[in-house]
Amino acid sequence: MNNSVTNTVRLLGAGLRALLVLTLVTGVIYPLVVTGIAQGLFSDKANGSEIKADGKVVGSSLIGQSYNLPLKRGQDTPEPDLKWFQGRPANGLGSNSVNTRYQLILSGATNLSADSGAVNGKCPDKPDDGTLCAQVLAAKAAVVKDNSVPGYTVKPSDVPADAVTSSGSGLDPAISPEYAELQVHRIAAKNGLSVAQVEKLVKDHTTGRALGFIGEPQVNVLQLNIALKALAGKQ
Amino acid sequence: MSPVLAGVLQLLALTGALALVYAPVGNYMAKVYSSPRHLRVEKWVYKAIGANPDSEMTWPAYLRGVLAFSAVSVLFLYLLQRLQGVLPGSMGFSSVNPAQSFNTAVSFVTNTNWQSYYGEQTMGHVVQTAGLAVQNFVSAAVGMAVAVALVRGFARSRTGELGNFWSDLVRGTLRILVPMAAVAAVVLVACGAIQNFSGIHEVGQFMGGSQQWNGGAVASQEAIKELGTNGGGYFNANSAHPFENPTPFTNLFETFLILVIPFSLTRTFGVMVGSVRQGYAILATMFTIWLGFVALMMWAEFAHHGPALQAAGGAMEGKEVRFGIGGSSIFAVTTTLTSTGAVDSFHSSFTGLGGGITMLSMMLGEIAPGGTGSGLYGILIMAVIAVFIAGLMVGRTPEYLGKKIGAREMKLAACYILITPALVLVFTAASMALPTPPHSMLNSGAHGFSEVLYAFTSAANNNGSAFAGLNANTDWFNTMTGLAMLLGRLLPMVFVLALAGSLAGQKPVPVTAGTLRTEKPLFTGLLVGAILIITGLTYFPALALGPLAEGLAS
Repeated sequence: MNNSVTNTVRLLGAGLRALLVLTLVTGVIYPLVVTGIAQGLFSDKANGSEIKADGKVVGSSLIGQSYNLPLKRGQDTPEPDLKWFQGRPANGLGSNSVNTRYQLILSGATNLSADSGAVNGKCPDKPDDGTLCAQVLAAKAAVVKDNSVPGYTVKPSDVPADAVTSSGSGLDPAISPEYAELQVHRIAAKNGLSVAQVEKLVKDHTTGRALGFIGEPQVNVLQLNIALKALAGKQ
Repeated sequence: MSPVLAGVLQLLALTGALALVYAPVGNYMAKVYSSPRHLRVEKWVYKAIGANPDSEMTWPAYLRGVLAFSAVSVLFLYLLQRLQGVLPGSMGFSSVNPAQSFNTAVSFVTNTNWQSYYGEQTMGHVVQTAGLAVQNFVSAAVGMAVAVALVRGFARSRTGELGNFWSDLVRGTLRILVPMAAVAAVVLVACGAIQNFSGIHEVGQFMGGSQQWNGGAVASQEAIKELGTNGGGYFNANSAHPFENPTPFTNLFETFLILVIPFSLTRTFGVMVGSVRQGYAILATMFTIWLGFVALMMWAEFAHHGPALQAAGGAMEGKEVRFGIGGSSIFAVTTTLTSTGAVDSFHSSFTGLGGGITMLSMMLGEIAPGGTGSGLYGILIMAVIAVFIAGLMVGRTPEYLGKKIGAREMKLAACYILITPALVLVFTAASMALPTPPHSMLNSGAHGFSEVLYAFTSAANNNGSAFAGLNANTDWFNTMTGLAMLLGRLLPMVFVLALAGSLAGQKPVPVTAGTLRTEKPLFTGLLVGAILIITGLTYFPALALGPLAEGLAS
């Protein structure tokens, strides 16, 4: 009995020493060496790919932002500032927890299910609040309304999926080229630019698939808006 | 190019890359676990541990090593979180509460990395790098050690000796995981993953105001998180977060990291048992299932059935634009068919059938290709069962790799395949039957049930991904998923090592004309069938209540 207790203690001691030594290697030396290399070779990227406009840091090229009008009195959710390209909806984390809406970096998805809010296998005209059906239909209606300007009407079927769904991180920095193109007429009208100018802007900021097949084509909204600001300022 | 074609090409590129490194990585790992020589740094480590790396262990001794190391690890990680409030480098975060600390400690030690906490709002630099990331390394190394012990059981005869646990643990960490992770981490930083030790700070925004950023050693943790099939994200959004997985290329690269060791271990197995063709048969089984599931997932997600997704015009809820549906589908299947559980898109918002595929992937026992180490020993157990079934058909004592599969071996294999489903189904049923646990569900109906079923499937199989709508940070879920993870990890290891000991003690049976040729395609077919049928029979009723009900309703 005594012997087996001693043996167990000895074994646990060996386990503890092994853990401490391996912690030193994998938990101290390894991250410090990687950090050293990272800061030495890629310090911009290692620190979050900050992006500047007019000499000021305005965010990261990797992290999405909201482009809203200031909150008016009595408003809960701010209205989008339609002068700027809009990113994807960010309905934040599910109702079990906090909602972040690009405000601070607590990242996450809505986790709502594909049948959330559906009745008899379909989204009803008036789905329950907070369901995915409600979020998608509301976003779609808003995209159609906001982007239809005189001489250019958006049909609901023109709206791409990324314009009406929230991303996995809630911080998606990009939209699809289709969603960017859909916003061109509105942006041109609100900024006093020609449609051709804005179209060119979108084209210049569209990134194709890596090596032609990895990922999906995307438009970085922050970079696009920075370029838009510069273009509108020149006019 | 259509998104479907791009997805298929990504799948081909990934397969090509894995094929390219299969033999070199597999051979290297075989050498690591067979070489009689010790590196100088290793000798120093053994001296610190106080262990003789050249002494051979019988299976009970090997198991005692695994258990002692795991027990100490759980306790250490628990205390680290409980003391976070008074430790330096905590970024101002307070200590984690007891239930959550227990859950997280068990979660990372068992290679599960289930997270009931928000990474960026709970864990400071010290806990993340010196606690959680360390377990990312060593829990993977423990898995590989147990797998190698089983392989030695097949390879050796008339001996009770399975190798030395301390030596396998240290070599797996220092010679395999650390160098590979270091290279991968630098690649990730070069693509935009962050790697710094700054605290929470404000960064200006385009429209004025500021965003709050967390700094952290993210790339170094991300690399081992995928490579060790761990899956615990630095941030709550895991690999969907742009700071963890910034570009489409890193997404494919991270999928590669997840798969490289589990697939290549079949080569290690082949080399160590003296027939690389035996390794190919196992590899073919893993690859067939993986490829089939990815294809199914792509079909389900591109078709985007489900009312809200139909209304949206595509299954983009919970997915990032840069990865798209193709990249997200490959990642989702890969993470659940291994024991990873990292996510680049949120499974709860997948189509009903897509969500069902992620669940079924875990229910297969995570063997195609499975976790680092755990995948190999899991599928070898299934191989034992497959030869047993074949033996029953022809009325011959089954044998595998020259070892008789007798009553004792079958009892151990049967215990192995029963323990995980028992944990999943009993804990799920208990959660649904009790009055309060169902309050944690975010969605209602079939999907709500799926959230709970997914949680216990993920925990007991040591996956760690979630239908994340479920509020798992309650005393009930923290405790019960913690138990499921602990039992789902350690009990199978007991059976595996006992089996290894039993096999190593046998004398080999000569190959005759009547021997089932386990290196042939016929056996691969038998093995795939056995895996699918056994899992299907076990879980079909539960799947019918959850994802199938949801998927077929729309």
